[in-house]
Amino acid sequence: MDAIAIIVNGKPHSVEVSPDTPLLWVLRDTLGLTGTKFGCGMALCGACTVHVDGEATRSCTTRISTAAGRRITTIEGLSEDGQHPLQVAWLEEQVAQCGYCQAGMIMTSAALLAKKTAPSDADIDEALGGHICRCGTYQRIRSAIHGAASKAVASGGTR
Amino acid sequence: MSSSTPFTRRDFLKTGAAGSASLVVGFYLPGIVSDASATGKAFAPNAFVEIDSSGEIRIWVARSEMGQGPRTAMTMILAEELDADWSHVKVVQADFDAKYGDMTTGGSASVRSSWDPLRKAGRTARDMLVTAAQQTWNVPRSECATHDSAVIHTKSHRRLTYAALAAKASAIPVPKDVPLKDAKDYRIVGTRRERVDGSFIVIGEAHYGIDTKLPGMLYAVVSRPPTLGGRVKKFDPASAQNVEGVRHVVEVPVVEMPPLFGEERAANSGHQHYLWGGVAVVADTTYQAIAGRRALTVEWDQGAGAEESTEKHRARCAELVKGTGKELRKIGDPNAALASATKKVEAEYELPYLAHTPMEPPNCTASVRDGKCEIWAPTQNAPGMAAALANALNIPASAITIHVTLLGGGFGRRLNIDYGVEAALVARAAGAPVKVFWTREDDVRHDYYRPMSHHRLRAGLDAQNQVTSWLHHVAAPTTDGFYLGGDIPDTGGTELAGTGLPAGTVPNSLLEASFLHTALPRGYWRSVDVSWNHFAVESFIDEVAHAAGADPVEMRRQLIGTKQPPAGKSEDEKPVDVNRLRAVLDLAVKESDWGTQLPKGRGRGIALLYSWGTYIAQVADVTVAKDGSVRVNRVVVALDCGQVINPDMVAAQMEGGICFGLTAALYGDVTMENGQVQQSNFNNYQMLRIGGMPRIEVHIMPSHEAPGGVGEPPVPSIAPAVANAIFAATGKRLRRLPFQSEELAQA
Repeated sequence: MDAIAIIVNGKPHSVEVSPDTPLLWVLRDTLGLTGTKFGCGMALCGACTVHVDGEATRSCTTRISTAAGRRITTIEGLSEDGQHPLQVAWLEEQVAQCGYCQAGMIMTSAALLAKKTAPSDADIDEALGGHICRCGTYQRIRSAIHGAASKAVASGGTR
Repeated sequence: MSSSTPFTRRDFLKTGAAGSASLVVGFYLPGIVSDASATGKAFAPNAFVEIDSSGEIRIWVARSEMGQGPRTAMTMILAEELDADWSHVKVVQADFDAKYGDMTTGGSASVRSSWDPLRKAGRTARDMLVTAAQQTWNVPRSECATHDSAVIHTKSHRRLTYAALAAKASAIPVPKDVPLKDAKDYRIVGTRRERVDGSFIVIGEAHYGIDTKLPGMLYAVVSRPPTLGGRVKKFDPASAQNVEGVRHVVEVPVVEMPPLFGEERAANSGHQHYLWGGVAVVADTTYQAIAGRRALTVEWDQGAGAEESTEKHRARCAELVKGTGKELRKIGDPNAALASATKKVEAEYELPYLAHTPMEPPNCTASVRDGKCEIWAPTQNAPGMAAALANALNIPASAITIHVTLLGGGFGRRLNIDYGVEAALVARAAGAPVKVFWTREDDVRHDYYRPMSHHRLRAGLDAQNQVTSWLHHVAAPTTDGFYLGGDIPDTGGTELAGTGLPAGTVPNSLLEASFLHTALPRGYWRSVDVSWNHFAVESFIDEVAHAAGADPVEMRRQLIGTKQPPAGKSEDEKPVDVNRLRAVLDLAVKESDWGTQLPKGRGRGIALLYSWGTYIAQVADVTVAKDGSVRVNRVVVALDCGQVINPDMVAAQMEGGICFGLTAALYGDVTMENGQVQQSNFNNYQMLRIGGMPRIEVHIMPSHEAPGGVGEPPVPSIAPAVANAIFAATGKRLRRLPFQSEELAQA
């Protein structure tokens, strides 16, 4: 086992795990960042979504070897103070029920807003089509993204 | 609702610990099954309100939070009666202790069963605080008011905070029969409030069972018997031990499981509820455990259910409904009335087995040492798990501590106790704290499934198109029977809710049941038996309406009638209030533009339900495309759930319940061949995703009646509402779930 260097939420880490270990389990078991969730292990549900170099990525099917040297952002690192426009909008809309899938939803939504400042319903449905929420919070997720987008536009950018 | 928990002085316990400056009032919250006041047991509080000198007000309660919001709703109820500053009240998750009694979470019961006790506890504590202030000032009680966690002397405008009064109040005897607040004075109950625990979720700091980490903890996955009732024959530990990080490869023994809720088991009943064991691979990390299991070779004994298949079950149920079943309810002379009817309608409906698939898969962390068991469990059923752990580990219940974690969804899956017992057995064998993790495949293939069912319905109409007879025969494996043994319930209990209307209002009716025997584990699934019976009943009402040439809404008005039907046997079968039922029907009709023209290929369907103390009507607006695919555009919900605690959370439960029911109606189908479940993950057990989510509009009837449940009532109606809408759009009646959309494709 060789050490693999990754950058998580701006901090460099060196992890000694087998190179085929999914990034998800390195984050959760090795680094103790449990905000990123397991849902399916097959990139079918989106619960494990993180950003790898800014791209929304399923960490359950991303081998740690392919993440070496790249910038990884998890829900814990999305904002310093929990005030990312999406985090604020999520509370305003009271989106979460059980909350388990929401970190993945927020991470994909953040990547979407970084590319499209005013996404349509169709854009949202497409971006989040790979996610599953068993509690059925979809209607509020759409509202929260629209809400965050309109505020970000008003204040001149998503962050 | 008349209160089912008559409170007397003995129902409150003051436990101001010696030397503490806290006012503590203990009280009892009934759960799914038991009610201390009804069972005649000595009063033992299972919840506590504590007000300390810092001013913080804490409710200690072991009710599980799985997204339905009991923590917030319970906080609101207490704060209301206590006249507390909302921001001062915190719910503290209590660990399970056997002395607390029933702490199950299910049956849409958290708010319903807490409403009276919480209000009384809050008002009683407030009364003691007022007495403390009154004594301090030496003023008449009538000159004291309470507001924002303080007592105010209205004449002099002097003010004492609850924080300052807590110590003194704790010395005051607990008053009896304190009058409750008038609903017109509510300022918290009935208003939108944010979830008390929402902020942790959006920053990734909400800790679920799966996030548990203990010093020295190992991680495990278990290889379980692939066939029904199978068990380990032999295995080669070396095959997995060679994988890096694997520490132990241990067998999980077969364990007979006790009933879930402490009930009596039926005698000589062919009890079937076992934990069928397996082989656990214990490693330093989750992924190493998974890799170890992949390398592991196990030989299995096939078990008694290896010949079973869903196709055989379907054929058997279809056969059963043609015969005579166990008579569960009979009014008048239904067979004679049917024979003499002018018009007869008959139809059969089929529903599949379903898995729960909460987003957080089952998991549990356990530490077993020195004859004690400590467990971190995302469970809806801590008392059931404690009883099963005591049984499996052969230790007293007093040696067990259960930390109830946050739940990443429950839906009934976590009323089951298998994953807790299994984790404890693995931890004991490994000699270290262990987190047993389930992959999605483990979850889908080793669930306690919502039973399949087959329904035969027959109705007779007279010359005026009045329904004179209604006969319903359901064939299904029983869930209660699985847990308790035998063809339970033989008089109709939790298996047969949702069949009450219109069978209770038609002059001649018959409800009979036949039981399919299977080794497939069954369980309670959000909305339980109503989820299947209601689909058949509400679809058939539309078929009867069609036969009578009546509008579906008019047919329902006729069936509701004006007479109160008789009460059923259980608490949930309280007589339906026909006026409240008709009112939600009328509201849904009005808000959904019922009766107005829709474009071709589009239709509306309605379904109406009374359950868990709540009246609910749903109108689905559906488009059927040329290829047969079904899209639900909009769902209008009208409900009367009595006194609303938090309208936003009621709306959230409606949205979520409809999504849950619609997922099942469009996709849900667990099948089995050669005793093996064929589905495994979200690729072959599909979920509704954001693009398929209809717009949901919720209309709540204002009411000060006792609160009804809201977690389960929205689930059952969406499938029949959509089936009825599909018929309105296409003239085709789909009688089987999930909808076989190829039947709708236009040639």
